[in-house]
Amino acid sequence: MNVNDSRLPEILRRNGAEILTDWLRYQQSAPVGREKALRDGELREQSRAFLKALEEALAGGVISDIEGAAAAPLREFLGEAARARARQGFTPGQTATFVFSLKLPLFGRLRQEYGSDAAGLAAEIWTATELIDQLGLYTTEIYQKTRDEIIARQQQELLELSTPVVKLWEGIVALPLIGTLDSARTQVVMESLLQQIVQIGASIAIIDITGVPTVDTLVAQHLLKTVAAARLMGADCIISGIRPQIAQTIVHLGVELGNVATRATLADAFRLALRRTGQAVVKAETAR
Amino acid sequence: MEHIPILKMGEFLLVTIQVDMHDRLVTALQEDLTDRIAATLARGVLIDISSLQMVDSFIGRMLGNIAGMSRVLGAETVVVGMQPSVAITLVELGLSLRGVRTALDVEKGMDLLRAVVEQDGDDGGAVEPE
Repeated sequence: MNVNDSRLPEILRRNGAEILTDWLRYQQSAPVGREKALRDGELREQSRAFLKALEEALAGGVISDIEGAAAAPLREFLGEAARARARQGFTPGQTATFVFSLKLPLFGRLRQEYGSDAAGLAAEIWTATELIDQLGLYTTEIYQKTRDEIIARQQQELLELSTPVVKLWEGIVALPLIGTLDSARTQVVMESLLQQIVQIGASIAIIDITGVPTVDTLVAQHLLKTVAAARLMGADCIISGIRPQIAQTIVHLGVELGNVATRATLADAFRLALRRTGQAVVKAETAR
Repeated sequence: MEHIPILKMGEFLLVTIQVDMHDRLVTALQEDLTDRIAATLARGVLIDISSLQMVDSFIGRMLGNIAGMSRVLGAETVVVGMQPSVAITLVELGLSLRGVRTALDVEKGMDLLRAVVEQDGDDGGAVEPE
């Protein structure tokens, strides 16, 4: 049987309403994907729109190839549905099941239509399966793409969020580093630190590495690069927040921190910075 | 051929680079500056590069050389106002200009220069009679 002989378009057109009813009932009773489901109204609306788009695509001659221009509206609709589900936190399985679950009501209808014509029924079911599988895979693809986009965006946001430069005092800025320091981040850190040094007119920058889990030779090199750049601008750097383990690692690795001042805590580094800038914080005598 | 002006302010020389540096210009600056230091017995040199947007490895190295030569002639050098992008470029080029003093702006640079010269003056450096 040639795909062009398929009665699928005609069957769908004639029995659209019944298939929709069956499909909705099946989706609402299905065990899969009900733990996080769309509201019933939304589901009905989406199912109806999908069936309509499918019907139009089939009428336009789309049977086995969903890449063609005639299937563009159908693809667009599915893409939108998949993107929405990805953003709402559905699993890929739940997303694809939305399409795959159409098989049951559709096959049921086909069985009624073909009656005892077993060969015709088998061929028609194969055609329908092929079509629905392609559509299901397409939703998974879009879902994956949307997820990747979300992850990329979050990474970017994390990168921007995680490097605040704070002004501690007149002429003193601090840069609390959190997380691993790789080349890309060093670049961002360096740029924002230097910008702030110019803006605030800071002569001392404290780089606090309390939140950096490990310091290896590469991280140390990145740190030293930042220190060197700040020095070129005319600001001294103090590295603070060096935990005992990190001090041990630094010495074991033979990392040469040069003549950069280092302190165990941010408070200690701040005291040093104040002294270097000729300032002091004293206890107020009236404050008791 | 164009030259970068060198201004004398008391015992300091002030160089403000306001055009993009090219190799000939920086070589000329090096010669002019060493001449002026020797002629005026300047105690300090302040080089303002705040309008310099771009450096290459040659100019970076020349800045270091100028500082080294000035020191030999008895003058301290302070480079002030380096742009963040220039600083990053120099570091990426592996030129951290060790031995060159830096400051954020001209005012801080002048303060630094005065402090350094004063410190040096204590140990009986050649102070010209005013």
